[in-house]
Amino acid sequence: MPSLNVNGKVLQYEADPGTPLLWVLREQLGLTGTKYGCGIAQCGSCTVHIDGVPTRSCIRTVESVGASEKIVTIEGLSPDGRHPVQKAWAELDVPQCGFCQSGMIMAAAALLQSKPNPTDAEIDAAMTNICRCGTYNRVRAAIKVVAGGGDPKRAGLDIQHANASGASGTSAKEAV
Amino acid sequence: MATPLSRRRFLQASAASAGSLVVGFHIPFAGVASAQPATAPEVNAWVVVRPDDTVVIRIVRSEMGQGTLTGLAQLVAEELECDWSRVTTEYPTPGQSLARNRVWGNFSTGGSRGIRESQDYVRKGGATARMMLVQAAASEWNVPVAECTVANGVITHKPSGRTTTYGKVAGAAGKLAPPADVPLKDPKDWKLAGKRLARLDTVEKTNGSIVYGMDLKLPGMLNAAIVDCPVFGGKVKSVNADAVMKRAGVVKVVRVGDSAVAVVADTWWRAKTALEALPIEWDYGPNAKASSAEFAKVLAAGLDGKDAVVGNQVGDAQAAIAAAPRKLEAVYAYPHQNHATMEPMNATARWTPERCEVWTPTQNGEAALAATSEAAGLPQAKCDVYKLPLGGGFGRRGAVHDWVRQAVAVAKEMPGTPVKLLWSREEDMLHGRYHPVTQCKLVAGLDEKGEITALSMRISGQSILAGVAPQNVKDGRDPVVFQGLNASGPEASIGYTFPALLIDHAMRNPHVPPGFWRGVNLNQNAIYLECFLDEIAHATQQDPLALRRKLMAKHPKHLAVLNAAAERAGWGKPLPAGMHRGIAQTMGFGSYVAAVAEVSVSKDGVLKVHRIVAATDPGHAVNPQQIEAQVEGSFAYGLSAALFGACTVKDGRIEQTNFHDYPVVRMEHMPKVETVIVPSGGFWGGVGEPTIAVAAPAVLNAIFAATGKRIRDLPLAKHSLKA
Repeated sequence: MPSLNVNGKVLQYEADPGTPLLWVLREQLGLTGTKYGCGIAQCGSCTVHIDGVPTRSCIRTVESVGASEKIVTIEGLSPDGRHPVQKAWAELDVPQCGFCQSGMIMAAAALLQSKPNPTDAEIDAAMTNICRCGTYNRVRAAIKVVAGGGDPKRAGLDIQHANASGASGTSAKEAV
Repeated sequence: MATPLSRRRFLQASAASAGSLVVGFHIPFAGVASAQPATAPEVNAWVVVRPDDTVVIRIVRSEMGQGTLTGLAQLVAEELECDWSRVTTEYPTPGQSLARNRVWGNFSTGGSRGIRESQDYVRKGGATARMMLVQAAASEWNVPVAECTVANGVITHKPSGRTTTYGKVAGAAGKLAPPADVPLKDPKDWKLAGKRLARLDTVEKTNGSIVYGMDLKLPGMLNAAIVDCPVFGGKVKSVNADAVMKRAGVVKVVRVGDSAVAVVADTWWRAKTALEALPIEWDYGPNAKASSAEFAKVLAAGLDGKDAVVGNQVGDAQAAIAAAPRKLEAVYAYPHQNHATMEPMNATARWTPERCEVWTPTQNGEAALAATSEAAGLPQAKCDVYKLPLGGGFGRRGAVHDWVRQAVAVAKEMPGTPVKLLWSREEDMLHGRYHPVTQCKLVAGLDEKGEITALSMRISGQSILAGVAPQNVKDGRDPVVFQGLNASGPEASIGYTFPALLIDHAMRNPHVPPGFWRGVNLNQNAIYLECFLDEIAHATQQDPLALRRKLMAKHPKHLAVLNAAAERAGWGKPLPAGMHRGIAQTMGFGSYVAAVAEVSVSKDGVLKVHRIVAATDPGHAVNPQQIEAQVEGSFAYGLSAALFGACTVKDGRIEQTNFHDYPVVRMEHMPKVETVIVPSGGFWGGVGEPTIAVAAPAVLNAIFAATGKRIRDLPLAKHSLKA
């Protein structure tokens, strides 16, 4: 049985030849955080990392992914959901409906890995994911928060995290 | 399961065995045997307090990214005086609501009404629960209620210093009769509402754990892909199911109604690829030759048709225009749009002769339940709908539940087996409920000084109500057509006074099914009026803001918002070379909005929208940081349509199939958006939609300022802005 290296684990799967990696992740491996949005690599909802490279998994056939290539999905970006990008996303309340946000976060994490302090033009070029709710400005702000060391005050949004289910239990004003 | 399903509890249920799942979904409330650990009984329909002082607030409006879940919880918690850090929310099901005589009111989440149309009763729900909880404590202590105070869910008897918590008295409180008189706080005393609180549902959207409709997995579930006749009104002539039945994983080929075919398989990918390989012969029916080009001619004829219905009239505008020494005339056009939610339509259904259940992202649980019941052939009492998070709504998932009917029809062919139906993006593009197509002819009469003596505005085109709720169209009148143009009223009134005015509508309905699309008719109405006013201003050498101010003297709320936007944007002050401004205002969904756009257009015709200043007066601002998020998002949606969006028809079918030919705004196009919130109090307006309508006219007017080109036929992508 063929296998994939996903989020640090070697996982076996069964799929017909030509099946996109996206659908193996979602339907065989139960990793539904990676979304189907268009199926033609237009929207980026299906973005995962393959050996660190942001990849649109809806057009990448599963058999073209070698067993040694390391795939990271939103579920494996960090052990506890506290990757700096995820933290900034939560601090700034970036998501609206949230459907595109796994892909956005994966694209942003890859961008910041290769360019720790991206310019606006570099953000435009790397962040080609579609969001219909229109979270782009907060996506940009969150990327800059991460680039600037993680202080959400930099975004100037003044969001109060009073609720336990919120980002940190502290106000973005107070948080360091 | 003892209470309505919260998302987390739902996930637990999904992970549980089929047996407990069935029990969990069938038993709505406390006191009934349940496979899940019992939770606390409710204080009232809106509030459950658990022994650990966790507060569960029940919401029936759907969360689709607009923040209504958090905003409504803030309003309940404000009156409840509970500890916000212990608040969670859950969705009662429409079946539970039906069984309790609709105790939670309307489920419909559209028209920017989530907060504005439920604020009163949810606040009363919170206040009622607070009064009952305090009464329970007072009774236990045998002291007068008036001697007790409450803060953060802790009740204190002042004279004795005794304290208790909501969690300790919730059981007793739930047995009390609710008070008859429930006063609400003055908004100026709010402590939670009105604050820039973080959303309650963010973290699960950053780690992949939130389960959208598309992500649901039930034990034994199969997956279905569907294709409906690409030509609206067409039918399936024949299907050769044998051609795909031997493919791996394929379980069944199902005819759905007379126009669609679904393939059911073990995985969706196998269902979809089998469907693509399935030989289907279509009868394209009476619309096989229909086209947008032909329909544009019908609309153009309607601009002078004699059958128009009047929406707003002052004096005799036609006579005044005929007598005017100078006239201005322009014709505008706005195309069909698709909602293009990021998550394509989907629903999971399980049907048996005794019961039908549906799991789906919906903006209206009650409408989804009605659709389920009809498709299932079972009374609503034998059905229920479990709402899942929506990957976008924008109106597509509200009025018409075509995908739910399909899912139930497929599930009905396989009794007892849950089937998840998921549309491909292509199916979603070809079977939308499209923003209506219209044209508009505007004529202004001007006197010798260039003052407007009369304005006429003839809208020709499609009625949403005629397609969605024809019973609400009386004598050819669809009142929704006149959004933002009404004479007066709290919903969507025009912000100008003209000496004479005639706004009418000649209904012309193509075969393309219409729907409510974020902002609805306010979108094109604001373009038509606001761009034409800009034309008048330039033709009469007046500043566009000054002209508006003159016409708005009797509309102080509209004017205040316009001024707020203009002042923040620095209207009239010099801009850097190459930058130009445009302005627009309107009113809709109960709120007053205005925007100033700053754009540049290069010699090669490349448009850049640099900055938008948007102002809104929604009466009350329940969560300003979420209002800002909605305003920003509305510009992404509005500019997507203005810059790129058009669904066109050729040979009876929509030509655009995916995001490559229905492009939308991406990061590189997104302007900086500054939101100015000026809540003036005394009314409740919506937030999700109104500002979308000023996106296009503000930018189009700025483009004129930059280039002298007046774009009257959208989208902009059809035109060259080259110098």
